[in-house]
Amino acid sequence: MADQRSLPEETHTADPFGSQPILHEVDSWWKIRLTLMRRSLRENWRIFRRSKVGVFGLVIIAFWAIMAVMPTVFFATGFWNPAVYDPVTGLELNPPTRTMTMVERITDPNTEIDRRAVLLDGRIPDTLQIGDTFELPRQPAPPDGRHWLGTDPLGRDVLSQLMHGARASFFLGILAAVVTVVIGTTVGSMAAYFGGIVDAFLMRLADLLILIPGLAILIVIGAVFTFQLWHLAVVIGILSGFGGTAIVLKSQALAVKVKPFIDAARVAGGSARHIIFYHLIPNVMPLSVLYMMFTVTAAIQSEAVLSFLGVLNTDTSWGLMMNLARTQGYLLQVVDFWWLTIPAGLSVTLLSAAFFLVGRGMDEIVNPRLRRR
Amino acid sequence: MVRYVTRRLIQMVFLFLVFLTVTWFLLYILPGDSVALKYAGNPNIPPEAREVALERLGLDKPVLIQFRDYMFNFFQGDLGVSFNQYPRPVVDIIAERLPRTLVLFLAALVTYYWAGFLAGKYLAWRRGNRGEMLVTIGGVGLYSMFLPWFAFMMIWLFSVLLDWLPLSKFLDPEQWRDAPFRANQVFMRLFWVTLIASVALFASGFIARQTRSRRLGRTLRWGGGALAVGGFFFYWYGVDSGQVMRVYAGDIGFHMILPVLVLTLINFAGVMLLTRSSMLETLREDYILTARAKGLPERVVRDRHAARTALLPVATSLVLAVATVIDGGVITEAVFSWPGMGEILVSSVLSEDIPLAVGAFSFIGILALIGHFVVDILYGVLDPRIRVTEHG
Repeated sequence: MADQRSLPEETHTADPFGSQPILHEVDSWWKIRLTLMRRSLRENWRIFRRSKVGVFGLVIIAFWAIMAVMPTVFFATGFWNPAVYDPVTGLELNPPTRTMTMVERITDPNTEIDRRAVLLDGRIPDTLQIGDTFELPRQPAPPDGRHWLGTDPLGRDVLSQLMHGARASFFLGILAAVVTVVIGTTVGSMAAYFGGIVDAFLMRLADLLILIPGLAILIVIGAVFTFQLWHLAVVIGILSGFGGTAIVLKSQALAVKVKPFIDAARVAGGSARHIIFYHLIPNVMPLSVLYMMFTVTAAIQSEAVLSFLGVLNTDTSWGLMMNLARTQGYLLQVVDFWWLTIPAGLSVTLLSAAFFLVGRGMDEIVNPRLRRR
Repeated sequence: MVRYVTRRLIQMVFLFLVFLTVTWFLLYILPGDSVALKYAGNPNIPPEAREVALERLGLDKPVLIQFRDYMFNFFQGDLGVSFNQYPRPVVDIIAERLPRTLVLFLAALVTYYWAGFLAGKYLAWRRGNRGEMLVTIGGVGLYSMFLPWFAFMMIWLFSVLLDWLPLSKFLDPEQWRDAPFRANQVFMRLFWVTLIASVALFASGFIARQTRSRRLGRTLRWGGGALAVGGFFFYWYGVDSGQVMRVYAGDIGFHMILPVLVLTLINFAGVMLLTRSSMLETLREDYILTARAKGLPERVVRDRHAARTALLPVATSLVLAVATVIDGGVITEAVFSWPGMGEILVSSVLSEDIPLAVGAFSFIGILALIGHFVVDILYGVLDPRIRVTEHG
């Protein structure tokens, strides 16, 4: 194995703890733990780095993390004026204009306008005569120096919305993942450790939750309650934590449960709680971190779909940007109004793909059988 | 085994009851009611009419009585009457919509599982070359593609820019104006003919694999394939009942191309990655080494020794995918205005048509339960190493 071949190099590095037994420095147990953790982290990073796919994903996540922080920097330094660039209430007051001519019958809708349209549009003085020209403000405006990705139909900056959307996605994805992992590991380990009735109950509950069609039930819940972003995160976390994740982690915990050190802990008088939280869960943790990544992907996607359908009650999100483009009828004008649909759609795709790729990279750490021979 | 199956069946029935109860109450507490929604826009309707409507729909009784009635009726095959399409029975609506969803999604499922399995097999076999990372990243990119956005981009590309395919809907109303059939008759015919042809195609391939002689295998594979495809076309062009329907079936098929293409592009990567992982695990087994040591050709080792074992998780995920077909249809059907079960699910929930919504949900539940059950049994059948133990 490649791992073994590179091991000798590892012992020659300047690692203060690597070349000598850890127990030489008898300090306190937590220092030893910390050292062990650091070592395993470094080792895992080495394995992770070899999977180019995972690193690629990590780079994309880093990019979006920077994007999510940018608005704060821009607002703080005064580079962006909140009145113009705020993702919800911002408004570009001086949008680029386009010269229009009033005609009897429209032949080119981009430069001509008729009497009816003038009467319908409040922005145009209705004293115009046939043949007059005037400047019509363009809103959604294409990208220019002030708005790098243009503005949306309501005159708000698209780039700012995109950055705030990244923030919302990170918040939602990470919260959902944490809830999933906490519930999933606890439920899975408990089902594996206790067996019997506890196992049957928890696993049937998991079956029930798998039965429930995720998106449809989210729409139902969205119709019953006013749905905030963090509600959605918690609901996704619970559905996935008690459902699919618990089943997978239970099978992993079953494999750990039969290891001798569990028996040893039991013989030494460890309580069920102690064994579950100190022996079972730490050994199931790597796999659950893997599932965390997949939960993030799922959460980002569901949020986007729900906002796109208009069920979710959020301020800014990528799905909401698409929703606006859809309700205002710009969705199929991909060439003329590309900045309304492509950045948002691509962002959802990229960020959820990135978490998925990191998950794939972690798979190689968690699942040694996948590593290259 | 028998004991396990009976126990699972009893659990399934119990689970379904719980599922139905939860769904019923969850939908019942939806704010507002269907009758109020319907009459809100019309001030000329007297309150008495509202009372009558409530009484006619059975909404004036206490909640628990309504629930009891619903449950009793449900197990007699009566799912109630849709509020919005009064007095149409829910069973009738579902019977109309279900084939449309099934035809579309089964076509997509078969396409992307087949493509994904082939791609995954080669990906695992040629592990570590330059193309692998590209294919993986491209695959994951497609897999995590934001479905509504991607679907609209494809609609724009193929229907707006190139104008090759229809925008949406499942048929062209103009063409169907004086059609002698209802759309669903054509759907059912399409479904059965395609199913028979696919089974014939699969069977010929399967039998061809079992034969020792390579020549006979090849004859069987190509002959059987040609027979299945030929039979399919012969039905539409040669047989009278098929000839009459051909134009209409063709119209439906034409409207199916784009959704199937989108679903395939988005989903095939998932199957591909699953096959790859499963294949990589299989390739580490000793019997693969043995097969290689015996000097068997690469193709035989790959297709006969490795891919067959690697098929196991793929097959189970296929069964689960069939089980969750309706749920997956929610977005696709919304985007393509495909009037199927997913569309019912969303519209009935949003318009508070409780009987229809519960009916649709219960169908999802039944499909999913059967799917999980089949998967458990299938595991035991396909992989003798997995024994069904007492704890299940």
